[in-house]
Amino acid sequence: MDLYEYQARDLFEKHGVPVLPAAIATTADEAEAAAAKVGGKVVVKAQVKVGGRGKAGGVKLAVDPADAREKASAILGMDIKGHEVRTVMIAAAAPIESEYYLAILLDRSNRTFLVMASVAGGMEIEEVAHTAPEKLAKVPVDSNVGIDLAHATEIFAAAKFPADVADQVAAVLVKLWETFLSEDATLVEVNPLVKTADGKIIALDGKVTLDDNAAFRHPDHESLVDQAAENALEAAAKAKNLNYVKLEGQVGIIGNGAGLVMSTLDVVAYAGEKFGGVRPANFLDIGGGASAQVMADGLSIILGDTDVKSVFVNVFGGITACDAVANGIVQALELLGDKATKPIVVRLDGNNVVEGRAILTAAAHPLVEQLDTMDGAANRAAELAAK
Amino acid sequence: MSIFITADSKIIVQGMTGSEGTKHTRRMLASGSKIVGGVTPGKGGQSVEIDGHNLPVFNTVGEAMAATGANVSVVFVPPKFAKAAVLDAIDAAMPLVVVITEGIPVHDSASFYAYSLTKGTTRIIGPNCPGLISPGKSNVGIIPANITGSGPIGLVSKSGTLTYQMMFELRDIGFSTAVGIGGDPVVGTTHIDCLRAFQDDPETEAIVMIGEIGGDAEERAAAFIAEYVTKPVVGYVAGFTAPEGKTMGHAGAIVSGSSGTAQAKKDALEAAGVKVGQTPSETARLLRAIMGR
Repeated sequence: MDLYEYQARDLFEKHGVPVLPAAIATTADEAEAAAAKVGGKVVVKAQVKVGGRGKAGGVKLAVDPADAREKASAILGMDIKGHEVRTVMIAAAAPIESEYYLAILLDRSNRTFLVMASVAGGMEIEEVAHTAPEKLAKVPVDSNVGIDLAHATEIFAAAKFPADVADQVAAVLVKLWETFLSEDATLVEVNPLVKTADGKIIALDGKVTLDDNAAFRHPDHESLVDQAAENALEAAAKAKNLNYVKLEGQVGIIGNGAGLVMSTLDVVAYAGEKFGGVRPANFLDIGGGASAQVMADGLSIILGDTDVKSVFVNVFGGITACDAVANGIVQALELLGDKATKPIVVRLDGNNVVEGRAILTAAAHPLVEQLDTMDGAANRAAELAAK
Repeated sequence: MSIFITADSKIIVQGMTGSEGTKHTRRMLASGSKIVGGVTPGKGGQSVEIDGHNLPVFNTVGEAMAATGANVSVVFVPPKFAKAAVLDAIDAAMPLVVVITEGIPVHDSASFYAYSLTKGTTRIIGPNCPGLISPGKSNVGIIPANITGSGPIGLVSKSGTLTYQMMFELRDIGFSTAVGIGGDPVVGTTHIDCLRAFQDDPETEAIVMIGEIGGDAEERAAAFIAEYVTKPVVGYVAGFTAPEGKTMGHAGAIVSGSSGTAQAKKDALEAAGVKVGQTPSETARLLRAIMGR
């Protein structure tokens, strides 16, 4: 889960990473009140999970609460790269002397954690990495050792940070590591980390990604989920514990196993090229179980998607037996009754395939059509969606 | 021959007394695997009867190894306790630890992977993987044993069901070993580890490599193939239609910005001379053409 800037700021504050006073607002009234509370000049910042908001006009300086109100009403409701601004953060303005970059992240390539630090802060780090790689220090961190003050000091010496800020940034990095570790983050990024005119080091903007797999030990992370921004179908699927991602196409997909479902989407997209660019409508992995209830839940989510014109159920019975899956489909259609209105193409293979296919043949449901191969079934589902 | 496991592999099941552990112990036994016991902290001294096999339960992996001579452990412990289970196995210097558990926090897997490197005596496969099978010899994990038999193909895949699908497509030829390395961002054994082992395995004549979006493991594997692998390799990559920034089922299956795309992986593999199929079936056909079967 990616956090909003204000959520990242709050986590930083909780773990002692220095941040500026700030408050959030969802209306112009709230923005004015927030600016009065923060005091002095403030920055009004659009809260969106996408880069480039400054260039899009989503960050404005305000001289007083009335000005903050005006700036906030201009920013709230803006569309920034397809993201609607529903919240602004009102943060104290600070005179900046220098901008740095600091991040800790999961380095998948090397299967370890990595600190990245640069004196060239404020711009996209990919750009720094590309144009001036010598200005970006990358230091691996052993997860079982972590980062203490001595290690942090070495890192900033390697990154050629100015001597007058070395102690302060080292202390910030230790706090940032505590944030990374104790919150089960896969990314904590501060860009820019600034030195203010009075010599203080402050995290001015932050990005945090939390590991969803670690949710069981962070009950407080649930409150960070922005339910209003979730797709309604995705939210409904999540409530049923289904692994569902909404896409933009017309063929609803149900399969078992993440890899097979991803592959199914691709195969449908290839087949769809022949039928005017038909595409998969969703990712839905019903996992190993595939009981009637799970199948019914999955089908009802997919049939609730008005974009869907046909459905492709693609199951390889590994642990799951195809007869159980076939029974699941039959019972799901009984449960759904009149709500099932779209043609359903089914491809079953693997464990107990003969029994599974026989069950669907015997049920002879008018919406269900069986094909023997994945490619053939994808083709048929795409064809039906194009009709 | 086979890679990582043999017909003589002696296997213990960590989490054998749990429902998943019991279910899959039964399946592994049915496919001929030599299961010699289980580990559940606090239940040491008990024993479990599964289909006529009386399997002793131990408190620690060290005790289990001392009593049974086990050299492989397969882990079915729930995410919350998985790290402790794997650390126990590493501390006991268990040579091969296959972690089936899905949903382990990446801080935990990064921690036990780093610890395994420090100790230097344990290979981890997974987590979030189906395990590995050398048909007719040994089956460690949850891969169905009835899809196909032994043969000259080596298979390495991030995905369980695509492993099954590919074994099914090529069931008339058979496999030396099929390894599911798992779909998490940090896994103990990579495509490269398996490619190296298949290249060095005299029984393996050709290799199927299945990848998916996220990370750069496939790109690295492509570079390794160009440098080291002389046996024919065909590839398949899933996730061309995955949108940026969305996790597609597997925790590691995510395109971030422009990195980790299926197209980049396919391009890298093809640049290394690997034929890449557009669908699993086409991939199987490519391999048949190369093998002349």
